[in-house]
Amino acid sequence: MIRRLFIANRGEIALRVIRTARRLGLTTILAVSSADGESLPARLADETAPVDTYLDIGAMIAAAVAARADAIHPGYGFLSENAAFARAAVAAGIGFVGPDPATLDAMGDKLNARRIASAAGLPTVPGREGGYPLLIKAVAGGGGRGMKRVDREEEFAAAEALARSEALAAFGNSDVYVEKFIASGRHVEVQVLGDGSRAVHLGDRDCSIQRRFQKLVEEAPAPLIPDDKRDALRTAAVRLAEHLNYRGAGTVEFLVDADTFDFYFLEMNARIQVEHPVTEAVTGIDLVEQQLQLADGQPLSLTQDMIALDGHAIEVRINAEDPAADFRPSPGRVTRAAWPAGPGIRVDSHIADGGKVPPLYDSLIGKLIVSGADRAEAVARLGAALAALEIDGVASTAPLHRRIAADPRFVAGGVDTRFFEGFSHG
Amino acid sequence: MSGELPLSPEDVAEIVAILDGGAYERLEIRTTRFTLRIARDGGGWTQQWDWAEPEAKAAVAETAAAAAAVPEGLTAVHPPLPGTFYRAPQPGAPPFVEIGDAVGPDTVVAIIETMKLMNPVHAGAAGRVEAIMVDNAEAVEAGAVLMTIRPA
Repeated sequence: MIRRLFIANRGEIALRVIRTARRLGLTTILAVSSADGESLPARLADETAPVDTYLDIGAMIAAAVAARADAIHPGYGFLSENAAFARAAVAAGIGFVGPDPATLDAMGDKLNARRIASAAGLPTVPGREGGYPLLIKAVAGGGGRGMKRVDREEEFAAAEALARSEALAAFGNSDVYVEKFIASGRHVEVQVLGDGSRAVHLGDRDCSIQRRFQKLVEEAPAPLIPDDKRDALRTAAVRLAEHLNYRGAGTVEFLVDADTFDFYFLEMNARIQVEHPVTEAVTGIDLVEQQLQLADGQPLSLTQDMIALDGHAIEVRINAEDPAADFRPSPGRVTRAAWPAGPGIRVDSHIADGGKVPPLYDSLIGKLIVSGADRAEAVARLGAALAALEIDGVASTAPLHRRIAADPRFVAGGVDTRFFEGFSHG
Repeated sequence: MSGELPLSPEDVAEIVAILDGGAYERLEIRTTRFTLRIARDGGGWTQQWDWAEPEAKAAVAETAAAAAAVPEGLTAVHPPLPGTFYRAPQPGAPPFVEIGDAVGPDTVVAIIETMKLMNPVHAGAAGRVEAIMVDNAEAVEAGAVLMTIRPA
């Protein structure tokens, strides 16, 4: 029984976890770095535990032990997919809100994950034998960090060095691997939940609108995918989860050919994702609550028949970056944060008036999630919500999202990952 | 840090739905812990939260550290952004430059990590590295002097 939940993260996801934990009657203890001392999650957690960094396994476990925590929620990023962290938690008698360490090992090494997916019968993207252009990806990666596109052999060494250095900074592991770059693809992923023997899916999400492999816009369900292909995608994701005896919430990512809708397994993210709210919006299921139940050793409370997908939801990431200056990071103090409000609108943000955006961490300051009975309604709501949104004090990606929301290709739906490329050049 | 979350997102949505049915333009809820302003903004509504405690308010006025004085005849190297200063491309790798090294304007002399992105720092002038003022892995503000260059 989880009663005291230690949260080893920061920012909006820390606040998100606190909200569900509070609703379930759990006591929350939040790890807080000195830069985050006055942050909203630090104020709203029941207790706080000072840490120097969110990446120090030993210090984080020691803080959780000192706080007499029953379980640790790692959020996303930082130590969330770190098997050594999960093992250390278990060794300290603390539950880890995430899959078993062995699963983290299997999926955390992205190269190994491809082999396992292949063994489970999922198609995968060719590796270096596929030739240029190719992608260098962090073995420990996720979220586009340490990911570089290479068009020519002579650029490879420099790109690899940069990718390694970003991977090391983001994940504490500089290992990288190589995959063929597929130009006209869509990024579609399937949310799964598993209890170690049985798995279910909660539908798919489309995250094709990306800049430098960082997702900007996500929606559920993926627009304009033929029913038979959509079923095959979802079934494949469940098959992988069951093959792994997966326990927890996870996301199986696919590259989908924009013309034929053939799909290839990319990776599995063994954690809660940034874009999980769009799935929550169309299923009505609280994914953090599901994670906590599964971490508690309970069997899945859901069967596939119980999961009904209703309507359409879109999330945009509001980052403290200046889209007018090549997305230059814009840390600082937010003097005014007027977030949209109203029916069909959800805002997950740790930034209110006076909120600090430290240069130490990533630039996400909030997520705007809109939902509607269908995609057209969601798109219209997104436009209206973005028109009302106002962030002062730091530059934000809100103006960029206003342009995306008005773009005819986005309004039509089903764009591929080149959308942003064409977009930024007019 | 204390107890209850004041209003859930669902609560806020409900309040907005009520306001939307009437002629109200704005609502301000002020408690000892927070102020919430809900306002009609064009076609939509916004929510604006203010959690600032007196101490935090004071912190808003915090002064940026004054840039260290640079001796005459030397050129200062500033970070392109606030962030963490690194002298080498990777831990364990040799530093980009040492004191006395010759540099050109485009020579990369350090890296600033801001929001997980590595930004190169260029010398900005041709000459020799005179002094390195910041320790490796130290956090720096935008106006900081990282190094000085004695122009050739």
